[in-house]
Amino acid sequence: MGVNRRNFLKIAGLSTLAGLGGRSALELLAPGELEAREQPLSKGKTWGMVIDMKKMDEALIEKCIAACHRFHNVPSIGNPKEEVKWIWKETYHHSFPGRENEFLSEKVEEMPFLLLCNHCTNPPCVRVCPTKATFKRDDGVVIMDMHRCIGCRFCMAACPYGSRSFNWGDPRKAPAALNPGFPANPEYPTRSMGVVEKCNFCAERLAKGQLPICVEVAGEEVEGAMVFGDLADPDSEIREVLREHYTIRRKPELGTGPNVFYVI
Amino acid sequence: MLEKAIKGSQAYWIWLGALLVLMGIGLGCYLWQFFVGLKITGMSRDVSWGFYIAQLTYLVGVAAGGVMVVLPYYLHDYKAFGRITILGEFLAIAAVIMCMLFVFVDVGQPVRIMNVILHPTPNSILFWDMTVLSVYLLLNIIVGWNVLTAERKGVHYQKWVKVLAYISIPWAFSIHTVTAFLYAGLPGRHYWLTAIMAARFLSSAFAAGPALLLLLCLIVRKVSRFDPGKDAIRTLGGIVAYAFIINVFFFLLELFTAFYSQIPGHMHSIVFLFSGLEGNTTMVPWMWSATAIAVVALILLIVPATRRNLDTLAVACVAVIISSWIDKGLGLLIAGFTPNPFEGVTHYWPTTPEMMISVGIWATGFFLLTVLYKMAVGVKEEAAGVA
Amino acid sequence: MYDGGKIITGLVIGLALLLFPFFYTAGKAAKAPDPELTAKAKEAEKCIEATAFMKTEHMKLLDQWRDEVVRDADRYYTSTSTGEVHYKSLQVTCMECHSNKSKFCDRCHDYAGVDPFCWDCHIEPKESE
Repeated sequence: MGVNRRNFLKIAGLSTLAGLGGRSALELLAPGELEAREQPLSKGKTWGMVIDMKKMDEALIEKCIAACHRFHNVPSIGNPKEEVKWIWKETYHHSFPGRENEFLSEKVEEMPFLLLCNHCTNPPCVRVCPTKATFKRDDGVVIMDMHRCIGCRFCMAACPYGSRSFNWGDPRKAPAALNPGFPANPEYPTRSMGVVEKCNFCAERLAKGQLPICVEVAGEEVEGAMVFGDLADPDSEIREVLREHYTIRRKPELGTGPNVFYVI
Repeated sequence: MLEKAIKGSQAYWIWLGALLVLMGIGLGCYLWQFFVGLKITGMSRDVSWGFYIAQLTYLVGVAAGGVMVVLPYYLHDYKAFGRITILGEFLAIAAVIMCMLFVFVDVGQPVRIMNVILHPTPNSILFWDMTVLSVYLLLNIIVGWNVLTAERKGVHYQKWVKVLAYISIPWAFSIHTVTAFLYAGLPGRHYWLTAIMAARFLSSAFAAGPALLLLLCLIVRKVSRFDPGKDAIRTLGGIVAYAFIINVFFFLLELFTAFYSQIPGHMHSIVFLFSGLEGNTTMVPWMWSATAIAVVALILLIVPATRRNLDTLAVACVAVIISSWIDKGLGLLIAGFTPNPFEGVTHYWPTTPEMMISVGIWATGFFLLTVLYKMAVGVKEEAAGVA
Repeated sequence: MYDGGKIITGLVIGLALLLFPFFYTAGKAAKAPDPELTAKAKEAEKCIEATAFMKTEHMKLLDQWRDEVVRDADRYYTSTSTGEVHYKSLQVTCMECHSNKSKFCDRCHDYAGVDPFCWDCHIEPKESE
């Protein structure tokens, strides 16, 4: 009499599962085919940054933060719980917990530090992202793919530096009083609610041969306050600065390999 | 077999109706969250996972607990559990579905959730969590449904069902190990960065899961003509006892490492939980209550007379569930994020909409559980000729 | 037919509801979408590719650009028809000529009932009216 109802349902169910699982299986068994298109093109660079705290002061720090947030349309939420920040100011104690002592010099106690994503060499956030929405490019930048992020916030749990922010609400609906003229930069998108964001080392500017905007703004005021360059090139300016000065990094014992160095 | 679930007493329909009301309220709150964003919860930049993920973690444990009935029966031929393996499997199904719902409501862009399947990332533990949970759900549905159908027809289930049942045993261990790996591999979250995270999770799961199953067996005994069997219930009590002792022991091990080494990173989160940090004492009354309740549970479970008596055993199981829930469904997440990477403390407490969504999901799980149990009990009553 | 009266009544009501939209709009064709070009677009005479190609493929093209720009750091597109190089950006390149989104993009999108979520993040150009 042909296929009976039971067998038909079995076959239909199995075919559906095969169809759904097929792509994932292909991805796992033949990673080359589907991954190849996702390889970034630039190779051989490791972008890094040195922030010379001896040349920075509070006013300059505020300028850098304002420039970054304006350029990238980062809204001011006005609420420390929901705030979104790509670059911000912290005290020494909060920037380098575990690296302090009771008898710190007053200068360091009061010095404001400029903090941002460290674009680690061994980033735990990239390790945990289930969709590769955050990934490390060949040039070292740990970048966000806002189109793919599902907002699971695993990366926020994994980051030991607190560098990541989540859009708890619609960033375009942030209080208008705190964000006059939002979005300030019509050439850069905003984000939508429900995605994670962080500093992207101004990848869009790097592509045009420009420096990250915080580095540019700092450099306009004080030469060498922030140095940005290729850590893989021994002849680069940043490598020379690192040879000449003792630098510290945030939580290096965690093995993340942070690429933002501080001259104290 | 589902037709067994649409015939019931008035109490049955009132119970389902009440659950539907809670589900409706939860859904309404969720729609609000969907359109306005997760800002309506108590989560923040510092405490970026909260109640939802905590419930997920607790429920994965409950789901894994079912193996404590399946293992003795299939591997060691412990016949007394034969009557209740289906109850363990159906509890696992309801629990895993609740887990998936909690993930769905926690995610910032739920419409993109297929990205986890479209862009598989084997280095991410979340990818594996999704995989193992989905497979575990399928295993329990297939095995449970086939065994129950075979029982109804008075025949023995097919051989391949047993193979799947065997697979489900290590698989149950894997779901909770993988869930523990979500936490145990994150540098910078010192409360979670412990090698015994998976062991703690498993011991707590094997206490809470069977404890809940035991209570459900007692309820089934009361409201239906199906008797899970005194032997099965007593053995479950023994399993809960051992698992809970191990769970408490593991926690004491954590306390030793933290406080004997005196390393601030290890101590701070525990200090936050039990005495408060920087003036934030939100969790303190909860943790001490959990401790007191755990002591009560331990006494009732260890003393043979109170463990054998079904009434005191029930009290002990309630105590196990409450104290393990406070530890895993509340303390684990909040203390993991406290202090934050800057050694500061940000207050977290679930907001009312957040709680209503969670209650809605728990209600969904219990709704599903009730329907499945009604079905299972109906089939067993019919098979025993007492329907 | 068992319960024949109820079944036939139900069928008639069901069919009526199902076919209602067709009866309601019978004889009235919806106006075809009429996207307007800006002066700048008219002057340029052609988009980065031929109009027919853009009409059918712009969605796929933008999708490809999305992944290529962010994931491959490949920001420049060479037109297959003109050989010109363009910066891959909806917001900056496309909207430079087609800055009248409500009279251009939305015309066809509204007609087809599609709501691309690009604009959740990518900023729509400010229109003067």
